[in-house]
Amino acid sequence: MLKIENLHASIEEKEILKGLNIEVKPGEVHAIMGPNGAGKSTLSSVIAGREEYEVTEGSIEFNGEEIGEMEADERAHKGIFMSFQYPVEIPGISVTNFIKTAINETRKAQGLEDMPASDMLKKIKEKAELLEIDRKFLSRSLNEGFSGGEKKRNEIFQMAMLEPKLAILDETDSGLDIDALKIVANGVNKLKSKDNAVIVITHYQRLLDYIVPDFVHVLYDGKIVKSGTKELALELEAKGYDWIKQEVTA
Amino acid sequence: MDLKDKLVSSFATLQEQNDAAHQIRQEAFEQFETLGFPTKKLEAWKYTSLNSVLKTDFNLFPTSATTLSFEDVKPYFVHEIDAYKVVFVDGVFNAELSNIDTEGFEVTLMSKALNDAEHKAVIEKYFNSIAKKDESLTSLNTAFTKEGTFIHIPKSKVADKPIQLLHFATGTENALFLQPRNLVVVEENAQVQIIERHQSLTDNATLTNAVTEMFVAKHANLDYYKIQNDKLTASLIDNTYISQEGQSNASVHTFSFGGKITRNNLNYYQKGEYIDSTLKGITILEGKQHVDHYTLVDHVEPNCESHQNYKGIFAEKSTGVFNGKIYVDKIAQKTNAFQQNNNILLDDTATINTKPQLEIFADDVKCSHGCTIGQLDAEAMFYLKTRGIPEKEAKGLLTYAFANNVLESVRIPELQARVNKLIAEKLGVNLGFDQ
Repeated sequence: MLKIENLHASIEEKEILKGLNIEVKPGEVHAIMGPNGAGKSTLSSVIAGREEYEVTEGSIEFNGEEIGEMEADERAHKGIFMSFQYPVEIPGISVTNFIKTAINETRKAQGLEDMPASDMLKKIKEKAELLEIDRKFLSRSLNEGFSGGEKKRNEIFQMAMLEPKLAILDETDSGLDIDALKIVANGVNKLKSKDNAVIVITHYQRLLDYIVPDFVHVLYDGKIVKSGTKELALELEAKGYDWIKQEVTA
Repeated sequence: MDLKDKLVSSFATLQEQNDAAHQIRQEAFEQFETLGFPTKKLEAWKYTSLNSVLKTDFNLFPTSATTLSFEDVKPYFVHEIDAYKVVFVDGVFNAELSNIDTEGFEVTLMSKALNDAEHKAVIEKYFNSIAKKDESLTSLNTAFTKEGTFIHIPKSKVADKPIQLLHFATGTENALFLQPRNLVVVEENAQVQIIERHQSLTDNATLTNAVTEMFVAKHANLDYYKIQNDKLTASLIDNTYISQEGQSNASVHTFSFGGKITRNNLNYYQKGEYIDSTLKGITILEGKQHVDHYTLVDHVEPNCESHQNYKGIFAEKSTGVFNGKIYVDKIAQKTNAFQQNNNILLDDTATINTKPQLEIFADDVKCSHGCTIGQLDAEAMFYLKTRGIPEKEAKGLLTYAFANNVLESVRIPELQARVNKLIAEKLGVNLGFDQ
């Protein structure tokens, strides 16, 4: 589904990703862990299509198609979703109206008619229940004055509504208490299927107790330096990242 | 003959009517004759030139009466609501399109109020009492006072429905100069909501120089909404004066989406304590449109508030001006005065001149002002795009959201929805949802 080869990316002439490789197949959950400044958020931004980053070398293929030059919205139309570490506050537009616009713009790009209003309402109700979101919450301005936990839950709600093929969860666990973390993880797990994939980007192992990864990768200095299964995450949690750094520099 | 000469020579004809405003007209006329039309040399008109409008050969009084059917003009009403309607066609009252069949309060014509014995006391007390005497365009309107709307809400009466004031220009004349004169008196503890619109129905030139005086007594409540979405050949100079007594609320929302040159002179005079004044505006312009908001809030008593929030969105070669003056007298302690003017320029060729003017002579007050001129937030754009919303739609949606929160204080839901729709239309976005 996603195949990244020798990816080099920089921002303002500074190289952050320095030859990164990863392959994600349908039905898989990958965790990308790593110390601060390793390039985790850069990787999610580059996959999602943030313009400030320049891909200088390598390729990003999604379902066999090179997407490195595509606009962020086109990537979204192809089925890529990113849950933001810091979702943007947009006063003046409600959560409901925002998601309706997102869905119908995506459908338009796919040559489909607008979703009938009754289907939309039904879907909103169903997904809001899944994430234990109150109806009143949906009529509030997007992310405005939301707590950290509400923002993250809202991100996963949008993911549930948009039903992406690939979801990248960028530090979704940061700022979440344990109850909110469980709700978010439960939501992600319910949305998982053999046809879609999830990349969980996180500093800590905690979230991976609830969203169990098939593969764990360690990102350090712009490259994947180690890959393994979920046991690797536990090892990182116990030992920290210093031993990885030593292994790499040795 | 230029417009001023034309006005001067036709004044005598008008003065043949010997009504309650006779003497006031004479004085105002002399004032206008001395001052003439404002030019850019005046500080208050630095960014707005009337030259391109004034060279038009306007007809001052329409020569033929025009009939209109409701179906022709329906879109210009907020027809979703049950409302009283006062409709003027080329400056002449149109009874067929109007509904002023009120109970317990009065909506009538200025010409009637000025000529009736029963209105004499009210006219003497209020007419031309707060309109600026040294302002040439207000003086011009006063000198030519002939027709307009007179609204009187007696003590403790709540007007049961909003009142819509519509001024249509039919284009029967090649160019028409209109000067409606309105007087609104809201007595103690009374309430009223008013929606106003000036609309040209053809591309023939129209210039409207309107004066509205409003008096809001103790504990009374006035909400005034102006929809300005006229044709590129229509210009409007709106002079609104509001006098408020203690514990009263008055709000004016101005939605400026069209017209050639629009100048809104909005003046609030607070004459009591615990008064709340609200001034809000959304301006969305394109092409060569020009809108100038010139506001004054005069805080001269303690414990009063004013809330001012104007948003502007300017595309192409449009220009905007915001000049907001807040005066706080030395006895006006505990004043809370807020002023915000935020603007987005969608193109490099658009212009906004914004100037907050605070004159504060009291020491125990809260006054804040802020003005911003910016582009859309890049992070927000990226966020929307990652949700599948393309660049153009994302821009539209963010611009819409930027303007939209001014609507929260609109107390007529159908009007709120209508303006919302107008905003979406202006920004060329299909919102994909109903408001």
